Amino acid sequence: MKTAITKGRIFNSETGWTECENILIENDRIFAIDGCLETFSADEVIVADNQWIIPGLIDLNVSLREPGFPEKGSIASETKAAVAGGVTTLCCPPDTLPVNDSKAVSNLIEEQASRYGHCRVLPLGAVTKGLKGESLSEYSALKKAGCIALSSAFNPFKNLSVAKRCFEYAKTHGLSVFVNPLEPSLHKGVVHAGQISTTIGLQGIPSVAETIAVAQLIQLAHTTGAHLHLSQISAAESVNLVADAKTRDIPVTADVSIHNLLYTDRDTLNFNSLFHCQPPLRAESDRQALISGVTNGTIDAITSAHQPHEAAAKLMPFAETEPGISGVELILTLAVQLHDQDDLPLDTFIRAMTDGAARVLRRPSPSLVPGETADLCIYDPSHRWLCTPETLVSTGSNTPLLNQELSGRVRSTLVAGRTVYRLVE
Amino acid sequence: MQDSIGPSIQLTETGKLKHFLTVSGLNKDLLTEILDTADSFIEVGERNIKKVPLLRGKTVVNLFFEASTRTRSTFELAAKRLSADVLNINISTSATSKGESLSDMLRNLEAMASDMFIVRHSQSGAAHFIAESVTPGVAIVNAGDGWHAHPTQAMLDMLTIRQHKKHFEGLKVAIIGDILHSRVARSQIRALNTLGVEEVRVIAPNTLLPEFVETLGVTVYNNLEEGLRDIDVIIMLRLQRERMQGALLPSEQEYYQLYGLTRERLKIAKPDAIVMHPGPINRGVEIESEVADGNQSVILNQVTNGIAVRMAVLSMAMSGQTETQNARKNERLDRDKA
Repeated sequence: MKTAITKGRIFNSETGWTECENILIENDRIFAIDGCLETFSADEVIVADNQWIIPGLIDLNVSLREPGFPEKGSIASETKAAVAGGVTTLCCPPDTLPVNDSKAVSNLIEEQASRYGHCRVLPLGAVTKGLKGESLSEYSALKKAGCIALSSAFNPFKNLSVAKRCFEYAKTHGLSVFVNPLEPSLHKGVVHAGQISTTIGLQGIPSVAETIAVAQLIQLAHTTGAHLHLSQISAAESVNLVADAKTRDIPVTADVSIHNLLYTDRDTLNFNSLFHCQPPLRAESDRQALISGVTNGTIDAITSAHQPHEAAAKLMPFAETEPGISGVELILTLAVQLHDQDDLPLDTFIRAMTDGAARVLRRPSPSLVPGETADLCIYDPSHRWLCTPETLVSTGSNTPLLNQELSGRVRSTLVAGRTVYRLVE
Repeated sequence: MQDSIGPSIQLTETGKLKHFLTVSGLNKDLLTEILDTADSFIEVGERNIKKVPLLRGKTVVNLFFEASTRTRSTFELAAKRLSADVLNINISTSATSKGESLSDMLRNLEAMASDMFIVRHSQSGAAHFIAESVTPGVAIVNAGDGWHAHPTQAMLDMLTIRQHKKHFEGLKVAIIGDILHSRVARSQIRALNTLGVEEVRVIAPNTLLPEFVETLGVTVYNNLEEGLRDIDVIIMLRLQRERMQGALLPSEQEYYQLYGLTRERLKIAKPDAIVMHPGPINRGVEIESEVADGNQSVILNQVTNGIAVRMAVLSMAMSGQTETQNARKNERLDRDKA
């Protein structure tokens, strides 16, 4: 199979943006950039005039909702949403039903993903049995079944002794541990504890509920030598703690949800449940610190923290709604917004979702050069469309962009040289 | 801090009330209009026949998801004095406990041609949620939602203050007790600042104060004696017994020793200071009996004013809805003509 993409602006993290005549893809790999189109005899030609050609994004946190929550999504629907967003590789957290704490569940996910999936799916195994925070799950079996790392997925360890053992055992098996840092006794509430929670009377989650856990986890990574990945940090002080740990060569990485880079607790002033998420949207000063953290490399990666929900999950008074934003499909649109409001250059965003995420996963960085795997997406920055449940691919339309006219959309996505998504107009 | 709650959702295009969800977003003129309208209804309560026909033919539903005696009955009386038909729904015995969703339940009640819902709910923002999900033409009045707002209680307190102090300018007001969990305090602080008092103080230990409370426009005092100096109006808040659990307070005794309003402490405030309490009162926990029943106490005036303020809000919201409906009708007619 031979595919040619003609014209377009191509992005590579080393060289930045360059205009290109063509990208020639043979089977799963890039054969040539600006090669001879005539002699290539392509089976398919994609014209990408005035469009952006970006390496396939790696999203460290996409809830696929399978097994267990068919009303919210499935491996088929959410991997399709991922490729519609330009994501070609994703990690799915283990908080499914049943929890992915065994070879059987991992195999099931792998099997469904290879049969119905549209992109590369890298499952995260549960760091404790049933995510109960009490006892070790079978890391060796999980690793053999394809789990790329371990995760706690918002379920804290029962105590620090369990956490330490998990880190030691993970180190034994060379597995990274993804933790959403939170101290459960302080983590009671639905929005950031600050000026806004005080004004509208919603119970607040103080920043210290996160930062105290970050500090403890970093110390455990330090003593055990296990690779700790902090998922979706949200507080300014967490960024400081991670920066400090990195200067001391403690094996720590971190990511942030794109929503925490774009929105703040002010967006919850009118009780709009579409902004109810976990960790909560915090103050403007936190948002600024997170942006600086991404810019200076303290925060390695950006994630969509994709959490699709059925409509009814958000149709209740704020505190009774389920937290989470459906974001994977719109991640490039959100990134362009960040760029346009002078918060974060698009280049930095792409590097965080390619090089940065690859570094967390200890995989090679994706790159659009000859010989590399052809994982890429073609984004049309001028395409205008209305974001509705009907135009979205994901089962969940719980996004703050709902019912807005947006500009910019992914036109095609290729995984290993195969076109897995094509925008139908 | 000014926030964006309100204007868009609770006001008509001409700036009249169509829902009453929160005091925030309402300007001084509108709050004064509520007080003036309430004043005019006080006279109705003194008549032999205590009825006016403003809501005749309208159906008002008291939708209480949380137990309440005083608030529910004053709303019921207010609606009945305005000649409305009143339906009381106690949710603990109703459909949502059988698994029906709140939105489905609202649909059903709307199908009974209800014109207004008076809502009390344990979740902050519940009244907003209902106002956003009901069909146009139905007015929502917030009778207390979570820790967020209790706007009619705040307005009846403002009426009581105006009756005794004539105006708001230059007044110093102290709110004492559990600010953290109090929807009443949040609404009072907003109303007092909008109406232009000189100073609002909150007096409480730090465990009963929310983060950044000063951004609401208050000065914070941990010490009751210091906070009472030069005060014109003292508002006591109810202390819930469950606050002793969860390490918010050590004991009722220690709280009373530090924050209980006694005759001795009352002397620190201005000699003509008034004492208010939204009820129900815990005598000997937040206030000494002699103070609650003393001649500076205006607690019973508050209850009487409650009916008048609620009559004012119900009639204003209903007229705002009628205005909006008529405007829509005219628009349609104009369109048809064109």
